[in-house]
Amino acid sequence: MLEGLLVGLQTAFTFTNIMMVIGGCLIGTFIGMLPGLGPMSIIAIMIPVAITIGDPSTALILLAGVYYGAVFGGSTSSILINAPGVASTVATSFDGYPMARSGKAGKALTIAAISSFAGGTIGAILLAVFAPALASVALLFHSSEYFALMVVGLSAIAAFAGTGQVSKALLMTFVGLMMATVGEGVLFNMPRFTMGIMDLQSGFGFITLAMAMFALPEAIYLVLDPKRSKTGDGDSGEIKDLRITREEARSIAPVIGRQSIQGFFIGVLPGAGATIASFLGYAVERNIAPKEEQAQFGKGAPKGIAAPESANNAACTGSFVPLLTLGIPGAGTTAILLGALIALNVSPGPRLMIDEPQIFRAVIISMYLGNLVLLILNLPLIPYIAKVLAVPRNYLIPFILFFTLMGAYIGQNNATELLILVGFGVCATMLRFADYPLAPLLIGFILGPLLEYNFSRAMQRYDGVGFIWERPMTLALLILALILVILPSYRQRRARARAEGVADGD
Amino acid sequence: MAIDRWIAFVILSLCIVYGYSAYFTMDDLLPPIMQRRPIWPSTFPKVLVAGGILFSLIILLGLEKGPEKKDAADINLSRIGDYNYGQAVLLLGLMVAYALLLRPLGFIASTFLFLTVGSFILGERRYITMAIVSAIAAGFVWYLVDSVLGIFLRPLPMFMTGG
Repeated sequence: MLEGLLVGLQTAFTFTNIMMVIGGCLIGTFIGMLPGLGPMSIIAIMIPVAITIGDPSTALILLAGVYYGAVFGGSTSSILINAPGVASTVATSFDGYPMARSGKAGKALTIAAISSFAGGTIGAILLAVFAPALASVALLFHSSEYFALMVVGLSAIAAFAGTGQVSKALLMTFVGLMMATVGEGVLFNMPRFTMGIMDLQSGFGFITLAMAMFALPEAIYLVLDPKRSKTGDGDSGEIKDLRITREEARSIAPVIGRQSIQGFFIGVLPGAGATIASFLGYAVERNIAPKEEQAQFGKGAPKGIAAPESANNAACTGSFVPLLTLGIPGAGTTAILLGALIALNVSPGPRLMIDEPQIFRAVIISMYLGNLVLLILNLPLIPYIAKVLAVPRNYLIPFILFFTLMGAYIGQNNATELLILVGFGVCATMLRFADYPLAPLLIGFILGPLLEYNFSRAMQRYDGVGFIWERPMTLALLILALILVILPSYRQRRARARAEGVADGD
Repeated sequence: MAIDRWIAFVILSLCIVYGYSAYFTMDDLLPPIMQRRPIWPSTFPKVLVAGGILFSLIILLGLEKGPEKKDAADINLSRIGDYNYGQAVLLLGLMVAYALLLRPLGFIASTFLFLTVGSFILGERRYITMAIVSAIAAGFVWYLVDSVLGIFLRPLPMFMTGG
């Protein structure tokens, strides 16, 4: 393991790579603060840049830096103006914003920065230790198990993303999978579902789809409802008194430790991701806190900032485990990273650590570096960072739209792609109006070709669907997927039946 | 009927078209040697369409009860009149115009127009600031993408570069 770390250090500690981490963190922090651009959109914007770099390690280091920067940037805007730019920092605003309003914005940002740093660093250590073990298990997997595992991943994502509406999430997954079959597949060399349109020959562009699913609907929402973006006044309260007292440090240290570990393992699960880790971290810490501290939660408790911040950063790191070792993205953001990796000719999976250990190690080292750079850069910059939020809405929204268009255009140089983007963007907004979760659609779209490839290989080897019952692990995984899908609706139904029963009895 | 069920209906219709093509028309062109393989190009789509139809029917028929909508920050469609939907539609139109004009007008001019008209639609009336901000942004992004990153973007209108 030490040898591996040295390889990683060698790769990561070049001048270019360190500049990439610093640049990535800065870009991520600044754009992450803007409402409407979460890590997913920012990474999507940065992919053409990363692909131009060419060297996969450097590109991945840049994207990892952007990812961390974006998550931290999101917490800055949720603390200062209660406008979380990222879903995973919504929980941070519960206590961060009240604290900032009581004149302790500096302290809130400092707690957030330190907790993020600790969460990310502990997560990176756990990644270095556990990922090889997980990968050696993964080597036992054949194409049929990969197929089953992806089905499990997709079901888990649908089960989590749906929050009580699993069928909508599953429908979106299927729509994403169907969209992935448009164009010429790798397996058959014949165009499918292109309706004779030449532009569809190579399928839909995934950056276009990512922009249309996330950045565009959020921008449209910002236009529709001006109250959504509370930017423009430029007065974000006094940002002084960055220090935390010794008692505060003593009270949040165990919280950070617990939530970093819990967050990491939640991040490893496909479909859970940083958002769930941060909410769960907040809920757990509130429940186990002493009675008098419990009342403080929601009114500016330091623990209420430390818990979600350390959990979401550790979960970000955790989500790299399935991505790098199995090639399965745990969340929308890592799904976009997977797309970037494939574009860079890297196929993530168990062979990655054997064939190209320098890439894997460089990513882990870049995580330490990224976290350190974030801490060093952001603490002194905090007062200045807040100024970006003062950009008036009239300029902010056209720029968000423009960057969305650029993201889709730069890679392809094809104006038709922009029309597809606007069309899908309108569809995605309609879907959001109707409460359809959009992440499963994108994840289905990205996993679609891999799922079909493994399904086809298994079918060919076993001359039919026999692999489902002839390989016990495949069967077990598929049953697990079925349980994941059925369980939430079953529990919901039971809870409703019980509630109705009580109402009848009264 | 609620909007989510209308959407389920639209998706169901699309699934039927997709399924018809997968089940009945796609395999016509398949060479005989390919037909001996256990897997055809249409196999996976056939599986997918079954799932798509199943879940769109579940939503359409209201078999799974969703939770009550409780997110106050979300857009409420029944009060659509309270929102700036005019601005949203205009901005979407502007994006389409940008897509159509990007080649004939060149990157710099169309981006400048996009950013200026975009902030105008949102209610900005300080024309000089608007023009300066848009010009700097268009020039800077072009320089960054074309010169620094080396991705070609046609900067000038078509008539100035000879098509």
